[in-house]
Amino acid sequence: MCGIVGLFAKTPSIEAELGAHLAAMLGTLAERGPDSAGFAVYAPADAATMKFTLRPPGGTDPEALLARLGIPDSSIQTRGSHAVLSVPAEHDARARAALAAQAPDTVVVGRGRAMELYKEVGLPADVARGFGLGDMRGTHGIGHTRMATESAVTTDGAHPFSTGPDQCLVHNGSLSNHNGLRRELQRVGYGFATDNDTEVAAVYLTARMRDGLSLGDALHGALRDLDGFYTFVVGTGTGFAVLRDPIACKPAVMAETAEFVAFGTEYRALAGLPGIDTARVWEPEPGRVYAWEHGPTA
Amino acid sequence: MTPEPQTVDLADTSVRDLNAALHALSPDTNMTAWRVLNPGGRHALAAGLLAPVTVEIMGHAGYYCAGMNQMATVVVHGNAGTGVAENMMSGRVEVRGDASQSAGASAHGGLLLIGGNAGARCGISLKGADIVVKGSVGHMSAFMAQAGTLVVLGDAGDSFGDSIYEAHLYVRGHVANLGTDCVEKPMRDANRAELFAKLAAAGLAGEVDVGAFRRYGSSRLLYQFHVDHAAAY
Repeated sequence: MCGIVGLFAKTPSIEAELGAHLAAMLGTLAERGPDSAGFAVYAPADAATMKFTLRPPGGTDPEALLARLGIPDSSIQTRGSHAVLSVPAEHDARARAALAAQAPDTVVVGRGRAMELYKEVGLPADVARGFGLGDMRGTHGIGHTRMATESAVTTDGAHPFSTGPDQCLVHNGSLSNHNGLRRELQRVGYGFATDNDTEVAAVYLTARMRDGLSLGDALHGALRDLDGFYTFVVGTGTGFAVLRDPIACKPAVMAETAEFVAFGTEYRALAGLPGIDTARVWEPEPGRVYAWEHGPTA
Repeated sequence: MTPEPQTVDLADTSVRDLNAALHALSPDTNMTAWRVLNPGGRHALAAGLLAPVTVEIMGHAGYYCAGMNQMATVVVHGNAGTGVAENMMSGRVEVRGDASQSAGASAHGGLLLIGGNAGARCGISLKGADIVVKGSVGHMSAFMAQAGTLVVLGDAGDSFGDSIYEAHLYVRGHVANLGTDCVEKPMRDANRAELFAKLAAAGLAGEVDVGAFRRYGSSRLLYQFHVDHAAAY
């Protein structure tokens, strides 16, 4: 099972409600994944700011954490069990080093100029409410409701998985060659936080893109290198991409209007979107990469 | 005179209540016209019907719409999800848009007419129903199809008719490739007559040229076990 949603604003008209739509979409797909939920919302602040989504240990005082890190001109904002640390982009490396040294028990859930990433164990509607997803605005976002099959129900095992700046992956399915692929990626220096199969796919894509491939080419490589069944939705700083395995084990529906492109594991997740009655609704073909990108911003 | 349809709005009625009302109809009911508003992609809409009524679903349907249908006519004014008309026994199911995978799976009788495209595995394990797809069908369609017909006006995806038994397959467009034990067969007069009858039942008589289709079926090497063919298993 599991459910995936994605929403990409083609015009600014729905950016203010992006979080509210995503929250409703996730809530609908709770029946496909009641164990945990997560989402990434992309809202470019400014090119000069790097955002770290953190999960500090319970009871952590965010301001004390901020002081401990000691990054100039930085700020922190708590959202549910997570907190977003904003630092000047030139202090990105320094912030990463400070987090590793000064806050080793704080998990860096995601990092990027645009992306904030939240995930937690629990019913999707509760998770969305806990993080205040309904109030978030953004240019695009993806989310996941998990019914665990390959690894334990933990916050770390919830999707999305982020393994590179502004990159994250949600997955419906299960991979059968993830242990071998994990060993190959470990051999060339990539680290893993969990024994989860989806994390392997996320690291794989990050590694290929670090090798210089575009997201589209990296996904084409996944068709060759990943064994198992999957529907992936990949978020990047500028958009998202969709890929189904060549035999289309897992369902997927897409819809497009003048205002948005939406993805859902089932049409039910899209049924509440504005203008859906006149949207073009179709099933993405197996083994084909679909991608939507926002144009370059000034 | 067309009766005023019974209208059920799923914005304020559950699917369970809708289906219970439809299941309660006797074969001689005079409430023969039903209209379902705001389907919202919900699953199992109008599944398990047992009376000659017409149910129009005014939007997209989810999984297993009109599954196990007997006698009823179900029209989806939109797309249908996985398994539309699966295990249909009789009656007629029309999807005006696209159908997702496993459309008409294991259907024993009746007609499934899909106005757009059908996804993977259309007519998988078909057991006697007729399926007419105006668009194309996805990979592994008519997999292990035992009886009935699948008529495709567009193209067919990979492994068409894999491990087929005795279903009759007619495709007007391009077949990506044939599955194991599925072969092209000559169009004989009896086949042209059968194809015309199916097209006529789908309301396409005269619109589509029977001569533009090619026929596919089983070479009967797989399911008639012969030790000389053991290597093909």
